[in-house]
Amino acid sequence: MLSPAFLSKLRRLLPAHCVLNEREDLLPFESDGLAVYRNTPDVVALPENEAQVAAILKLCHAEKVAVVARGAGTGLSAGAIPVDGAVLLVLAKLNRIKAIDPLTRTAVIEPGVRNLAISEAVAGHNLYYAPDPSSQIACSIGGNVAENSGGVHCLKYGLTVHNIMKLRAWTIDGQLLEIGNESLDAPGYDLLALLTGSEGMLAVITEVTVKLLPRPERAQVVLAAFDDVAKAGAAVGNIIAAGVIPAGLEMMDRLAIQAAEAFVHAGYPLDCEALLLCEVDGVNEEVSADIYTVRKVLEASGAIEIRTAESEAQRLKFWAGRKAAFPAVGRLAPDYYCMDGTIPRGALPHVLKRISEMSAEYGLAVANVFHAGDGNLHPLILFDANQPGELAKAEAFGGKILELCVEVGGTITGEHGVGLEKINQMCAQFATPELSRFHDVKAAFDPDKLLNPGKAVPELHRCAEWGAMHVHGGQLTHPELPRF
Amino acid sequence: MLDTLIERIRAAHESNTPLIIQGGGSKTFYGNADEGEVLSTRALAGIVDYQPKELVLTARAGTPLAEIEGLLAEQNQMLAFEPPHFGGPATLGGCIAAGLSGPRRPYAGAARDFVLGVRMVDGTGQPLRFGGQVIKNVAGYDVSRLMVGALGTLGLITEVSLKVLPKPAAESTLQFELDEATAILKMNQWAGQPLPLSATSWHAGLLTLRLSGAASAVQVAQAKLGGEALKDAAAFWQRLRDQATPFFDKRPIWRLAVKPTTPPLNLGDAQWIEWGGAVRWLASNRPAANLREAAKSAGGHATLFRGAAPADGVFAPLAPALLGVHRNLKQRFDPRGIFNRGRLYSDF
Repeated sequence: MLSPAFLSKLRRLLPAHCVLNEREDLLPFESDGLAVYRNTPDVVALPENEAQVAAILKLCHAEKVAVVARGAGTGLSAGAIPVDGAVLLVLAKLNRIKAIDPLTRTAVIEPGVRNLAISEAVAGHNLYYAPDPSSQIACSIGGNVAENSGGVHCLKYGLTVHNIMKLRAWTIDGQLLEIGNESLDAPGYDLLALLTGSEGMLAVITEVTVKLLPRPERAQVVLAAFDDVAKAGAAVGNIIAAGVIPAGLEMMDRLAIQAAEAFVHAGYPLDCEALLLCEVDGVNEEVSADIYTVRKVLEASGAIEIRTAESEAQRLKFWAGRKAAFPAVGRLAPDYYCMDGTIPRGALPHVLKRISEMSAEYGLAVANVFHAGDGNLHPLILFDANQPGELAKAEAFGGKILELCVEVGGTITGEHGVGLEKINQMCAQFATPELSRFHDVKAAFDPDKLLNPGKAVPELHRCAEWGAMHVHGGQLTHPELPRF
Repeated sequence: MLDTLIERIRAAHESNTPLIIQGGGSKTFYGNADEGEVLSTRALAGIVDYQPKELVLTARAGTPLAEIEGLLAEQNQMLAFEPPHFGGPATLGGCIAAGLSGPRRPYAGAARDFVLGVRMVDGTGQPLRFGGQVIKNVAGYDVSRLMVGALGTLGLITEVSLKVLPKPAAESTLQFELDEATAILKMNQWAGQPLPLSATSWHAGLLTLRLSGAASAVQVAQAKLGGEALKDAAAFWQRLRDQATPFFDKRPIWRLAVKPTTPPLNLGDAQWIEWGGAVRWLASNRPAANLREAAKSAGGHATLFRGAAPADGVFAPLAPALLGVHRNLKQRFDPRGIFNRGRLYSDF
């Protein structure tokens, strides 16, 4: 609990309406997008400008009070879950787009600006902001930087770290770090990369300069059905080997295809084991050349059916099933766990075979959706939490899948982050010397461990259980958001 | 081989002996003077793994860049950041430690953008592994990218995994006679359109621009932009990448990294512009303070790239808060400061 003396000092820094500590005001902040992890915050601070952020940090540093930064609260790893005795620092009110420079192709924005709002604001200049996490309608850029968010276009356009140029960030002792600049590099260490994906552990971001790209002239998608998952996996590698870098390359297995088709009637072929969606974009002629190549490769790779979207409406229809895959699978069972492992693409047939074998061992069905282009696998484990023991079984199964990802040279999290959820799985990914260096990096910025304590990097003595995203009754938090 | 290096580093840590990490020695001119015994990575060579379909290559630090590029070319792939060799036997380790990129950088990304993972040995002799061989990975802090451009001051890079890309099917280079201001404007206007740009340069009244992509896309863009096609374009870009033109023989050579749309700096010195306007190479004897101020007010920073280092060092001094973080990181990764002492900043 925070002392009344501390709370009154906090109130002196902010207008009255910017400090919340009545229970009913605090409840909306008790979880992020991973709603099974809940904790009511002691107090919520909603600063309205950078000076207030700095003042709050200085106060907390002086009083040795922990701070958890939070953006839109759409994260999927409990990275922004409140910590007892900490201030929950919500940056949503810092939501101005401060400058747009169409000729330089940059925008300067505050952390609370929504991802999609950036592309909307610059659309008139025929520009856009490339990273497009599935929650882009709601998630904010500060959180995107904290998580190094990706999306379906990562293989071609990169993650957040590839699309930002400059940050204003504050250390816990209230010092401003101006990281990066308006040119293409900066002197000294690459702190821009270090802060991106640091999950609010190193500094609090108050301004981001993002890179904007010209909108592609044209985008077109090809759908291909396969009678064998391994053939579809091989086709992915063959497309890339043919010299095409698709803007999006997605794969679904039989259960996911059937669920999606039953849910949104995208017109997917049903008598197949795997479906690939391959989108190419760019200059008109480039797209024509790539579509030709992709179709040839898919044929040679043994696709049993190939369709090219002939119109924008058809393109969107092809995508509709994939984008609705999570809620669609949510209709098949009362609960599902979503895992977020990344694997080398070549390991896909082996990993899917092992998942299918484990599915039989655990007696729990799995639907697989896969960002095939960048190797990011989202197995959805179906279960019923009302059946005694099923939750524990699903958790154990999920843990095994992530161990499998590490075993084949992959990672426990491709885009959702570690947060609190995968803190134990970090022990499978990293050995003690690496974890110690992570603590060293933390100490270089925040020696008192006041920023987001207990998240992202496990203490060395703690290497225990697994966890995963738990969805009950098909209900996600923010059910209105597409997830893919 | 790795064990021998680790032994030497442990011994150097024990005895507080500074070491100079050296690969092919192609970039010894870059950075501040350092002190110590040479620790060569040349024997730590060889490609560990290359999966063209995964777009991932892993090689040991001492592997020559030329060998890597040769192997990639056999599969019609490339290092998209077009790293400079500077006419020497540049190695992968040096390439990543220096973090320098070539003409394709503004359009394809920098060296740091393609690093997926590193193996390294820290200043106590502890081998470490960060990142991996997959494109999407958000587990733990991004220490791999922290090593890029750190000039070896945080540790000895022993192995690097890189994302590689297919070579474009076709390339074409166009030249336009344009004054500096117009050239800067054009480079930025064109970069904001869906054109397959892959390199830009302006020097002595001539804008040179490279297009890369499907043959049809390059043809259409060429028709749209006009200009004169340059023959022997590959040699032009390679000479620029490696600074193998007489302009770069001048001393000192300053590198001003600026906001790309910065109008002509009008400093009255010989100049070569690259990266869509974001880099202005100057052959200038002006005081370092003037050039640093010019770069800073243009949103960037100035580096003494070749020539005698000014009193405040080769690289733009860091603001106190940033310098503090740098010192802390250095202290944690190399507590006795044995690696490349003084190469990046004089106090570590």
